[in-house]
Amino acid sequence: MEAYLDNSATTRCEKEVAELVTKLMLEDYGNPSSMHLKGVEAEKYIKEAKTRIAKTLKAKEKEIIFTSGGTESDNMALIGVAMANKRAGKHIITTEIEHAAIHSTAAYLEEMGFEITKIPVDNNGKIKREALEQALREDTILVSIMHVNNEVGAVEPVEEIAKLIKEKSPKAYFHVDAIQSYGKFKIVPKRMGIDLLSVSGHKIHGPKGIGFLYVNEKVKMNPIIFGGGQQSGMRSGTENVPGIAGLGLACEMAYESFDEKVERLYQLKEEFCEGLLKLEDVKINGIFDKTSAPQIVSASFKGIRSEVLLHTLEDRGIYISAGSACSSNKPAPSKTLLAMKVPKEELEATIRFSFSTHTTKGELDDTLEVLEEVLPKLRKYTRH
Amino acid sequence: MYKAFLIKYGEIGVKGKNRYLFEDALVNQIRFVLKDVDGEFQVRKEQGRIFVETEGDYDYEETIEALKRVFGIVGICPVVKMEDNGFDDLAAKTVEYIDKAYPDKNFTFKVKARRARKNYPLDSMEINTELGGKIIEAFPEIKVDVHNPDVELQVEVREKIYVYSKTIKGAGGMPLGTNGKAMLLLSGGIDSPVAGYMIAKRGVKIDAVYFHAPPYTSERAKQKVVDLAKLVSRYSGSMRLFVVNFTDIQLAIYDKCPHEELTIIMRRYMMKIAEHLAKENNCLGLITGESIGQVASQTLHSLAATNAVCTMPVYRPLISFDKQEIVDIAERINTYETSIQPFEDCCTIFVAKHPVTKPNINIIKRSEEHLNDVIEDLMKQTIDSVEVIEIE
Repeated sequence: MEAYLDNSATTRCEKEVAELVTKLMLEDYGNPSSMHLKGVEAEKYIKEAKTRIAKTLKAKEKEIIFTSGGTESDNMALIGVAMANKRAGKHIITTEIEHAAIHSTAAYLEEMGFEITKIPVDNNGKIKREALEQALREDTILVSIMHVNNEVGAVEPVEEIAKLIKEKSPKAYFHVDAIQSYGKFKIVPKRMGIDLLSVSGHKIHGPKGIGFLYVNEKVKMNPIIFGGGQQSGMRSGTENVPGIAGLGLACEMAYESFDEKVERLYQLKEEFCEGLLKLEDVKINGIFDKTSAPQIVSASFKGIRSEVLLHTLEDRGIYISAGSACSSNKPAPSKTLLAMKVPKEELEATIRFSFSTHTTKGELDDTLEVLEEVLPKLRKYTRH
Repeated sequence: MYKAFLIKYGEIGVKGKNRYLFEDALVNQIRFVLKDVDGEFQVRKEQGRIFVETEGDYDYEETIEALKRVFGIVGICPVVKMEDNGFDDLAAKTVEYIDKAYPDKNFTFKVKARRARKNYPLDSMEINTELGGKIIEAFPEIKVDVHNPDVELQVEVREKIYVYSKTIKGAGGMPLGTNGKAMLLLSGGIDSPVAGYMIAKRGVKIDAVYFHAPPYTSERAKQKVVDLAKLVSRYSGSMRLFVVNFTDIQLAIYDKCPHEELTIIMRRYMMKIAEHLAKENNCLGLITGESIGQVASQTLHSLAATNAVCTMPVYRPLISFDKQEIVDIAERINTYETSIQPFEDCCTIFVAKHPVTKPNINIIKRSEEHLNDVIEDLMKQTIDSVEVIEIE
């Protein structure tokens, strides 16, 4: 048996996507900057990918910038906007539950003389509206808030937030880290008031090492990578054409039969959560109804260190994350769970299950069964 | 500039009739470490010395770094090797060597020639004076001092001519495998790799045993130990790493014995298993990274209690070292960075809040009696399921 329930860490590439990537590596391998036929061919793939992606967002093709993934998109949004707008103000707002790609970039900007305000969240991981209202100022140039939290699946009301920003800080741009939400939510940046949006390929069954940043055409942003002037000078470096083509296809596929897929995920989540709560001493972190993300469940198993449960499940072919995969290599407590004021003993006992459209009910039932079997055994041996 | 290295070795020079065994072991180990260095090398014994020679391009820095890891080498002399094209050519090339090797000419020197090929037109004394003269001529600021020179320029006339004057300090110790083999208890920590390195330095070959406890320790913790074994093997040569799944024994102890004695009892069983594997694999002793008082299980009382289960000698090269001294060596032999990766090892997962620091061996033995009905089977299962990883 194998149950891969770590889809918020990464997903398996769609077969069609992998085949397209391979084809571009082996056959249509030209450099889009080359003047000959091979170059033109490569350029076509980029154009096609842009068309596919733009369509999912109801955006313009020129508003898509390809990057090496979510981290670079986040870096580009923050640093690029900060540098281009520093005369208008030096105040940036973000939240306490962002991914390290935002946190660390904000810390860097703070060192460079920008002022950073971090908005706290409630026990469910939702940002506190009053705190944001108070933080927004005349010299705020950028607000960066994640759409779906990667650790607990809390969904932030980005549309409402966008309205509030336009009201109180009309000069400020609004960046949304949509790395966990793209493909699971319909996102129309222009209608929702989003100016910049980060997306990563490998979270939506695309290749690793590719992603994009949507940048509304009216946004003033500087590049952060310099060189040969590719992508209108906004992101130099020979384009990762196979990755870009693969990403384009993965994006298109993510929004095919969208309502059905999402509905199925919510169904799976609901049943899985019901199953979890039937087990002894299990708590689900945050909200897990239909206002939460359909693919993420964060649960604390009282008295069991998450790492031990992780390795126990791994031994049975079940792959999950302890807290967030990006922080699990160093045993630092999860920032999101800390911000949600989850007590320490629950924090150390937290596991994240994350689904994808490939996830089956059988996998989840098996997981529940294994949990029921191993939890009492693990609880017998605890550290004193 | 250098096309050969003269290898100086110390202690093995005095080993009487066994000397060739030591020299052969040294030659083998030199070949082993040079395998991964860019270049083609010939290693040969010649009249009580070892030469490493190379033709063509090679990476000098890498070669020196590799040779510095060979136990038994006291010094490495980079040698300028030349064809015999007459004395004037020798003089010119020697002057060029001095110029490159010593940018600061403010030193004293003497020439020490040896003429192994007796048909060379000049004898040793003549080479000394003539060559010395040419050097002073070229660099007037360099002075001769025959009694206490800063630089002793060695010139050896054989089929070819060898000129050298610098000695790079080697690792010292004795050639690997000349003193048998021992079993290292390798955890993921800072100390045990250093302990293995130190015993290997005295010519002892090493095998290692690691205790892991899935699911309480991770696959990455095991990978870390494999990485550490590889780093140690850069000095100690290839080794076998025995991976013991210790979970069931650990849980049995946890179930049946007092928690404050857990670590001691656990370590006693580790020693028993290590000794068993050592005997099966022709090892003559165990090696641990213990140091007095570092943790509760390393007080003299605790060490006595763990030691009592073994009949084999247990070598503890770090026994009187402070942590910082151990860290210094770990940094020098490049194991420190790997050791400090934060993965839990099986010694810490069930550690009691207040472990005994002065265990009484009789009380410990009585606690162990609680395991009587299960331990024999568990030990057998554990030993039967040992995984062996060859570290090349």
